[in-house]
Amino acid sequence: MARSTAFRLTARPTWRFSNLAPLGLMLASLPILAYLLFPILAIIFRVDLRVMLEHLVAREVSQAISLSLFTSAWSTALSLLFGTPLAYLLARYQFRGRSLIDTLIDLPMVLPPSVAGIALLMAFGRRGMLGSWLNDIGISLAFTTVAVVLAQVFVSAPFYIKTAISAFAGVERELEYAAEIDGASPWQVFRYMTVPLAWPVLLGGLVMSWARALGEFGATIIFAGNFPGRTQTMPLAIYLGFELDLNLALTLAMIMLVVSFGVLWLVKAILRQRV
Amino acid sequence: MSQRRTLFVLMALFALLLSACGQATPAAPSPSAEASTAPIVATTTTLNVFAAASLTTAFQEIATAFEAANPGVTVVYNFAGSQQLANQINEGAPADVFASANLKQMDVVIASGMVASGQEQNFAQNQLVLILPKENPAAVQTLADLTKPGLKLVLADKATPIGQYTLDVLSKASELPEYGATYAEAVLANVVSYEDDVRSVLTKVRLGEADAGILYTTDAALAADELVQISIPETINSIATYPIAPLAKSAAPEVAQAFVDFVRSAEGQAILVTYGFLSY
Repeated sequence: MARSTAFRLTARPTWRFSNLAPLGLMLASLPILAYLLFPILAIIFRVDLRVMLEHLVAREVSQAISLSLFTSAWSTALSLLFGTPLAYLLARYQFRGRSLIDTLIDLPMVLPPSVAGIALLMAFGRRGMLGSWLNDIGISLAFTTVAVVLAQVFVSAPFYIKTAISAFAGVERELEYAAEIDGASPWQVFRYMTVPLAWPVLLGGLVMSWARALGEFGATIIFAGNFPGRTQTMPLAIYLGFELDLNLALTLAMIMLVVSFGVLWLVKAILRQRV
Repeated sequence: MSQRRTLFVLMALFALLLSACGQATPAAPSPSAEASTAPIVATTTTLNVFAAASLTTAFQEIATAFEAANPGVTVVYNFAGSQQLANQINEGAPADVFASANLKQMDVVIASGMVASGQEQNFAQNQLVLILPKENPAAVQTLADLTKPGLKLVLADKATPIGQYTLDVLSKASELPEYGATYAEAVLANVVSYEDDVRSVLTKVRLGEADAGILYTTDAALAADELVQISIPETINSIATYPIAPLAKSAAPEVAQAFVDFVRSAEGQAILVTYGFLSY
């Protein structure tokens, strides 16, 4: 895997005054940058700190925050647990139907979340293909916290799996072969060679999938419904708050911004250390 | 190599977060440009009717009947929430008739002089009804059965007018001895979801995900053959009244008045009744 010159150009890690980015390029970057940041600043400036602190202690707000953190942590853990073997399989082996599977994994990312919600309802709803069977043995998933996690895994796992595939593919096979020749078992190769080498990218994929789970709205409201403390995650609380009490919605939006920014920054710091 | 990927991942991640944060914001209501851009052909009269969203299906049928009875007249609708329509009218949107889902928004346009006081007339009513899936899995027979432990009830969220009406019904019932003071509390304990709009309540009950739901009779009428309906007694039911009026600045006041009269005629009322409205 030879490093191309193009790569060196795009990935130049730092800039100094001696190699200042071309002025034209900087100017051309401005509109999209401003466009992306402006709405976020608009929220920040709109939030009244005193009102925000009042809302922060409101039961619905704290319930929504803890439910969001709880469910997104679970869905990220499930994506990691079940997504890693699949990603490794797809990264390492060529077999019939491989590209079909690869395309199928893309689907939940492309589908509108509302379609995901309807699909989950058709599968796991009380009269769904699997759900009716589950219902017979006394398990009902719709309207439960489990349904929230299922909705999040459905829409967010592909983000982790796709990134993990490229993470594993980026680990040089020669290193793995060398370890094998030295007598390492396949598990040892995976555990002590592949994972540590792929780790930064895997972590990036995990965070991406966590972020998607945290922001999940459409599939959740359709499949899991909306009940404070049980299925009302932050995005749902923000949506309904928008119709009822704008300050409540702004408070929650602000918290999401802070939490998301904090996690991204942290991950970036970790990656900077490791890379 | 991995650095480049990392960079890409982080960039994608950031973009994703921005989208995720913005996702919960509902799309801005787009005022229908339909009404204002409709061409006015010399030989025909175009009647711009601003009507509440809940009237959509019923009023489309009324337009067909009205156009058949009045050759040369074309009815153009602008369906939206009543509050939004009242705002549009007050800001000068060209409208000939306003049909509101509540008296409050009619009062708003009367207050601004867009409708001459006394011109408004009530033409329909809507009320709440308890609905169950056809198989009635929780064996609900009466409103009182909603307190059965383990029943899955779906209501509209309190952010919506129907959600507020539902809470009214429950609290009114709690004041009656036949339901008991703890009725509302017991019923609310069975709620599995507060849906963001009334049509979602219908869908969840229709799909059998929920054992019961409360919505407007007009919504229940959309899927009457798939549902069991249990009426809510008049004494505790919340009734929404729909007023209609020609607008003071209408370019075709006679046609506007004719439309209002048609809606209130036996023919218009019959159409409204088929869509679950109560004749006024």
